[in-house]
Order: sequence, then C-alpha cells, then structure tokens
Amino acid sequence: MKMTAEDLTPVAFTLALFVLWELACVVFRIDSFILPAPTAIFSAMVQYWWPLLRNSFVTLWTTAVGFLLAVAFGIALGLVVGWSRAIYRGLYPVMIGFNSIPKVAVVPILIMWFGIGEIPAILTAFLISFFPIVVNVATGLATTEPELEDVLRALGASKFDIMRKVGIPRTGPYLFGALKVAITLAFVGSVVSETIGANAGLGHLMVQAGSNFQMPLVFAGLMALAIEGILMYAVFAALEKRMVSWAFRSSSSAAA
Amino acid sequence: MIRLLDVTLSYQGRAGEVTALSQCSMNVEKGEFAAVVGPSGCGKSTLMKLVTGLIRPTKGKVEVDGEDVTGPVKIAGMAFQAANMLPWRTVLQNVMLPLEIVSPHRGRLSRDKAAYRERALNLLGVVGLRDFADRYPWEMSGGMQQRASLCRALIHEPALLMLDEPFAALDAFTREELWVVLRDLWQRLGFTVILVTHDLREAGFLADTIHVMSARPGHIVETRTVDFPRPRPLEVLYEPAFTDLVHSLRNKIAEVRQA
Repeated sequence: MKMTAEDLTPVAFTLALFVLWELACVVFRIDSFILPAPTAIFSAMVQYWWPLLRNSFVTLWTTAVGFLLAVAFGIALGLVVGWSRAIYRGLYPVMIGFNSIPKVAVVPILIMWFGIGEIPAILTAFLISFFPIVVNVATGLATTEPELEDVLRALGASKFDIMRKVGIPRTGPYLFGALKVAITLAFVGSVVSETIGANAGLGHLMVQAGSNFQMPLVFAGLMALAIEGILMYAVFAALEKRMVSWAFRSSSSAAA
Repeated sequence: MIRLLDVTLSYQGRAGEVTALSQCSMNVEKGEFAAVVGPSGCGKSTLMKLVTGLIRPTKGKVEVDGEDVTGPVKIAGMAFQAANMLPWRTVLQNVMLPLEIVSPHRGRLSRDKAAYRERALNLLGVVGLRDFADRYPWEMSGGMQQRASLCRALIHEPALLMLDEPFAALDAFTREELWVVLRDLWQRLGFTVILVTHDLREAGFLADTIHVMSARPGHIVETRTVDFPRPRPLEVLYEPAFTDLVHSLRNKIAEVRQA
C-alpha cells in the first residue's frame, strides 16, 4: 500500500503537537511536577514499560468484555425498542434517566456489590457504552422508509419479514457509527472504575503514580490509554468499512 | 376487478379530523389501465392504500376480485416516485425481493433459484437493464433505478400494478422512455394498472380510462375513456385529438380546484 500525503497528516500533526508541548515546557520553564514534557513522559514509558504493559492489558480486557456485553444487550434492546412504538415510548424516558446518571456515582455501589477487582470495571464499561448502541439501533429501525414498508406489506409481508429484509440490514451503518463512539466510552468507564477502586489497570496505576508524585508516569498512563483508544477505534472503523461499505458509497444515490 | 363503493376515509390529523376521501366510487376492469388525476392533496395516494388494503375505509366498501378488502391484498405490485431500492442489494437482488416474501414463491425460491434468477434477468432485459443486474442501485441513474423499481413491482406477476407518480422525479426524456417501457410491459403481461399521476399527458398516453378527482375531500368527478388505438406510438402525443383531451382534462381540474 502506498502512503499518500493524506495518510501522513495525522502523524505530522501528532509530532507537531509533541514538539510544541516540549518547547512550551522548556520556554516557560514549566515544572515537570505540573506538566511533564513529552521527553520525560517517553522516558517514563521506557523505564516503566512492564507495569504499563501489564496494566494496559488489564484495562484492555475489562473494557473489551464490558463493551461486548454492551454490544450484545444494546443490539437486543435496540431491536426490541425499534420494533414497537409502545415499548419505545415506555422505555425511552427510563433509558434517558438512566443515561443521565454519572457513571462515577454508580461505581462505589458496584464496588460494594462485587468488591474491588475487575467486575466493577467491566460493568462500568458496559453501563456507559450501552446507551448509544441501543439508541442507534432503534433509530435505524424506526426510520425505515414508509413507502418501502407499504411495498412489502402489500406483498403480504409480516412485520418480522420487513424487519429481517429491510430494518436490520439498514441499521448496519447506525450500529457501526455507535460502536465507534461506544468503544471509546467503554475505556472511559473502565478507567473511571479503576481509579475509584481496583488492584490493577491503567486507572489504578495512574492513581498510585499520582500519590507517589510521579507525574511523568501518570502522563505515560494517559498516553497508553490514548493509544489503546485509537487502536480500538481503528479496528471498528475498519470493520465498518468492510461490513457496510454500501453506506459510504451510496452518497450519490438518487433515492434519498 | 376493482370496485370502490361510496368510500369515505377520515383520520385524526394534528389539526383535528381530516377527510381525505368522501363518497368516492370507481370501477376498474380486469386488464384495464386506469389513471387517476387530480389537484395535489386530493387523496390520490390514499386511494392507492385503500385499494391495496393497507388502510381500511371509514365508510363504504372496497372490493378486489369480487371480495371485500379486509387486509393487504397480496396480489399487488407497487412503485412510487422514489425508487426505494435497498442500497445493500444488487439490482438483481432488489428485483427478487418480493419473491422472498410472496407465497408460494418464498417457499420455492431456494429450490428453484436458477429459474427465478433467469426470470428476473429476463424481466430486467425487457426494461433494458440485463447488463446492470449485478450493479448496485446507487451506481445507476434515477431513470434506471425507476426501471428496476418497476421490475421489482412485477417480478411476482401480480394481477394488479399500483403506481404512485412513478415518473414524477425524472426528466422529460427519461419519462417518455419509461412510458414506452411501461406500455410494452403492460401489453406483454396484461395486468391491471392503477396509475396515480399529475401528468395529464402521461395519463392520456398510457391509460384506457382517466378518472378525475376533486379537491379534498376527494371523489371521482369525471371518468373518461381514452380510445386512441393500441399499440400507441409516442407520436400520439402530438395529435390534435390528444392535445384536445389534455386541454379538456386540464380545464376540468382547474374547475375542481376552484370549487
């Protein structure tokens, strides 16, 4: 594959950001205790590579499990909600209310129930990433063109037929859009839970490093998180391109 | 074949009760090509839904094939102004969609896949799309999508074809092309057609009878037989008798819009 100028711009921007940051730290003589320079962060990453890697792995798997749970339940509930207007109207306010609760507030409860460990992190990741999936799947179903529905109903199609042939395939782009948002949210969830109470994970590592005044290591943890987030996002963006390529190419379609 | 008897349809709109149709009566014989014209908002599309059984009349009776319509009629193919192709399916797969739904085809489809495929390809051939069968709808022009939409409406060989302004979004040349396509399909297959349209020339060129609807609440104010000999060439459009027909239809509609 040939690299084009367009492929290089993200790299160039990232590098430029780090250079600016480094310069700012030197020029304004910012204390590394307030804001460590990128070089300090990278050297911390090299020095503590093993704890970073181990804790990254913990965060990665708790996030992944929570996220997969959210995908499974989110799709199921989204289909149910999109299926029936009555369920939609009944459940929607409850879901909005539920989603408005800051998940930080739920973590202590989860820790009370399940103890310190991976389970609260998994559940927080699940709770925080579940909602966008439900909403998007339900929206995809609910926005089926009424005329197309008429065509199929006039052929004697059952509601289930219409859902299977039209509704579900058409939710594809909505679902993948939601997955990209949900995976980054899931990271937020698991890390929030790890900072409040855990024995492992990047959140735990950053809290510990913070209480030892090792600011470069805290930032190294943040960096590791950002990298994991970008990688997972890229995985789902690539999956989306493969699974629902028609949604990207149909922008020139005459039938809106 | 289709009979509407004093059909009234009202529904609860946002600003109170709306009466879309009032005491509307109409007959369409088997194999007839009927066109319905009228001012905009006169309930033409409501009429389509009534005939296919997608909605029930508030008062009156709708009969298809001598039987009361109480639910979707299942013998109808429909096409609308928007082609409504499914973008994740190829043209061929789109055209074959009704076969996955209508019995008895849905049970036979997997067994006789090749035969059904051939049938769909032949139908696409009639409208000049055989070579485009494996394209995706969004790779085609609006006119081509609309041809495919006609094929989808006809693949299960329905006894009744319902068209709701199917050519309204197309340019004048493509529209005339598709009139000819529809004319030939109808002459070849012999189904009954109800065509709802704003275009009086379209109605005059294609239809055996033209029903003129009043403004809302709609009912049929005039039914006119069109007796230009068949098969009709496009040149019919430029005959004085044709112009007279269009002119008088136009006057009639102007009159009902005033009323």
